[in-house]
Amino acid sequence: MTSQVERQSTAIKGGRLLPLPRNIPWWIVILAICGLLILYFITTSTSYQETFTFLASGVIRTLQLTVVGYLFALVFGLIGGLGRISKNTVINTVATLYVEVIRGVPLLVVLIYIAFVLAPAASSLVSQIATALNAPFLDNMAFVFRDDFMRGVLGLSIGYGAYLSEVYRAGIESISRGQMEAARSLGMSYGQSLRYVVLPQAVRVILPPLGNDFIAMLKDSSLVSAIGAVPLEAELTLRGRMYSATTYKAFETWNSVALLYLMMSLGLSVIVRYVERRWSVPK
Amino acid sequence: MPKPIIQIEDVHKHFGKVYALRGVSISVDRGEVLVVIGPSGSGKSTLLRCINGLEHVDSGNVVVDEIPVTRSTTNINAVRAEVGIVFQQFNLFPHLTVLQNITLAQRIVRKRNQAESERIGRDLLGKVGIPDKANSFPTQLSGGQQQRVAIARALAMNPRIMLFDEPTSALDPEMIKEVLDAMLLLAKEGMTMVVVSHEMGFARAAANRIVFMDEGTIIEDTSPEVLFTNPREERTKLFLSKILH
Ligand SMILES: Nc1ncnc2c1ncn2[C@@H]1O[C@H](COP(=O)(O)OP(=O)(O)OP(=O)(O)O)[C@@H](O)[C@H]1O
Ligand SMILES: [Mg+2]
Repeated sequence: MTSQVERQSTAIKGGRLLPLPRNIPWWIVILAICGLLILYFITTSTSYQETFTFLASGVIRTLQLTVVGYLFALVFGLIGGLGRISKNTVINTVATLYVEVIRGVPLLVVLIYIAFVLAPAASSLVSQIATALNAPFLDNMAFVFRDDFMRGVLGLSIGYGAYLSEVYRAGIESISRGQMEAARSLGMSYGQSLRYVVLPQAVRVILPPLGNDFIAMLKDSSLVSAIGAVPLEAELTLRGRMYSATTYKAFETWNSVALLYLMMSLGLSVIVRYVERRWSVPK
Repeated sequence: MPKPIIQIEDVHKHFGKVYALRGVSISVDRGEVLVVIGPSGSGKSTLLRCINGLEHVDSGNVVVDEIPVTRSTTNINAVRAEVGIVFQQFNLFPHLTVLQNITLAQRIVRKRNQAESERIGRDLLGKVGIPDKANSFPTQLSGGQQQRVAIARALAMNPRIMLFDEPTSALDPEMIKEVLDAMLLLAKEGMTMVVVSHEMGFARAAANRIVFMDEGTIIEDTSPEVLFTNPREERTKLFLSKILH
């Protein structure tokens, strides 16, 4: 009881218990120290060197999954978002179903469902159509449903497409109706009005949440480890699981995996902030 | 006798339960300036927005320059390019400069090249009295200047009709005149205009006819002289006594 009172009074008097300067972001300092420590281990310990060598391909894979998956998600999201604001009942209903279903199911389940239910079904459907039409090139195109990487991309982009739909929708709806009306009144079509008047303004509203979702997707790409089958093409988390399962070096493995994710997401957030600053025109 | 440029026949319009237009018929001749007055909620804006298809009518016909606006097969974009509209809230595009605001639709809809659309844009900015604001952004302008840009933007499409929906009611008093002057100039040049406004000075100076609307119908359709001196309907008298002075 007394100690609490004492602590409170110190806190009030000094502001803080430890006389740390306030303007330094201490978490970055701690991170930097940890990073240096780990760098030290990597350069001196062969054990860490081996771990990193094994994980390297996973880092590349994770980045590829994230970038390609996100590009597709941007497109799915735009289509979904426009569908959500469409006055056409059919389009609106389809878009709302897509968004609500995906958002109501854990992303891991979405990934598994797409990889093991939808993709095989789509694959055999395309095969049948290809045989029926005697068009083998069509069958070749179905590789997206069979390829490990593409199934991961498909799952991530369909999942994130639903989240991004809501981001786009909110962004477009934040632009006053008068803008669309003014553009349409000048004789521009709906599409032209969107492209030249509404979307350029909405982008500024949308950009920060889009950037956040980009980084979130990088981290969620680790869920793809649940559907990966080809060891050489595994992303970072699956590579980590494989490595720790064969070497029993859990400590080194997961230290390294966590650090690599952290470095990637910090790197991406630097890029994202930069892009945001470039695009946000002073008002 | 030449056909009227705007023909509105028995137009009805609901917004859910609100019965906004209850069988409105009116026609406007080429070169005529029609001023529409009436209490809030009487359907003035809705009527105006039916002329360029921003609102779909429930029933009735709207024909603009012999094009049936209300027919579903009509290319509404083609009609809108011929009918300029100026809104109470200006609705300039805030991400574009003043000049870009004026050139955008010229290039996209009228397919004019950059140089030509800019030349037209600068001419119009001169005409509305703000030639030096071409490279400003809308937020850097006063309300009166913004509204004049909106007028220039509409004129750049070479419309045959100009619609104005309370163009000065969002403006500070000292800026109203500069916008009305631009409109007067337009009226003198023979533009067909439908103007929703309670600026009676403008009505006196420019209107050929004044229409008084109430509760979704046209109560009185007459000349400014008659309306100001001797309105036929009690409701018109009552309304005028509220807005004059
Ligand atoms: N988009 C809409 N949705 C629902 N109701 C609407 C809509 N637009 C207009 N209304 C209603 O229709 C009626 C007529 O509206 P309108 O805007 O045409 O009136 P107005 O004469 O222009 O009034 P004001 O002087 O206030 O601008 C009003 O009762 C209004 O509330
Ligand atoms: Mg109105």
